[in-house]
Amino acid sequence: MTVQLTDLDRRLINRLQDDLPLVPHPFASLGEELGLTEENIVDRIRQLRDDGLLTRFGPFFDAEALGGAFCLCAMSVPEDRFEDVLTKVNAHAEVAHNYERDHELNMWFVLATEQRGDIMRTAKDIEHDTGLEVLLFPKKREFFVGFRVDA
Amino acid sequence: MTLDPKDRAIIEATQAGLPLVPQPFAVVAETLGITEAELLDRLDALKKQGVVRRIGAAPNHYRLGMTANGMSVWDVDDTVVDSLGEIIGALPFVTHCYRRPRVLPVWRYNLFAMVHGSSRGEVLVKRDKVADLLGGACQAGDILFSTRILKKTGMRLAAKRG
Repeated sequence: MTVQLTDLDRRLINRLQDDLPLVPHPFASLGEELGLTEENIVDRIRQLRDDGLLTRFGPFFDAEALGGAFCLCAMSVPEDRFEDVLTKVNAHAEVAHNYERDHELNMWFVLATEQRGDIMRTAKDIEHDTGLEVLLFPKKREFFVGFRVDA
Repeated sequence: MTLDPKDRAIIEATQAGLPLVPQPFAVVAETLGITEAELLDRLDALKKQGVVRRIGAAPNHYRLGMTANGMSVWDVDDTVVDSLGEIIGALPFVTHCYRRPRVLPVWRYNLFAMVHGSSRGEVLVKRDKVADLLGGACQAGDILFSTRILKKTGMRLAAKRG
């Protein structure tokens, strides 16, 4: 569902996708840019968050820099076993996201573990539980992304 | 990488978000029993290390009309995949862009780019834009649309054990 936004909301959402300064009053300079008081800016951001237009305000962390390990995995699951396999795969707490996709490899999930070695162990456990091969697609390189939602 | 216990406490205290008040860092610092200045210094150091990418907000792209996405995958010449990956990642409609290993013979693709748009049709048009940019360096491509979310758990730093 798309919502109607004011021009100010759009400018605010677009601006919040950039980096804010690490200063005691981070909203004050933003308010100056947009012609609003600090209080008004804070209220407006809170409203956008409460309305679900912003999912979260705060620091964005590099998950791997926090010490965790991640790996994209895929499986080719026979249609008639899909629900059974899904239950077995999702039972692993290490499975962070899982998507069904329209391809021969029809189940794509991300393993997230605290230790790198746990990725392989979890993949082997899933293969053991399901009798199906788990293909691993570890990232070799991450490219900087310029994604922006033009509000 | 091992995190300093104070840095770890800062991450645990802020990963769900900062309070929306005029001085958010002062509020977090108080709960952690450190000064606002120390918190700002530590966040700044974490940013320089790449642990913190930015301070800001994430728009809910579904609510803003970006409801379709497809995982586009490409078989790109190994000698140029990194330079082309930079170009594809910089596109404003790509949320993730990675080079990953091929798994032959079942999977020939080494470049993955998640493409977002307001409809499947728009995603396909954007996919074509990616194909144009890759040009002759790309042997083949495919796009995998998700048909169902089977699990989605927010990534959280687990509380330190023991």
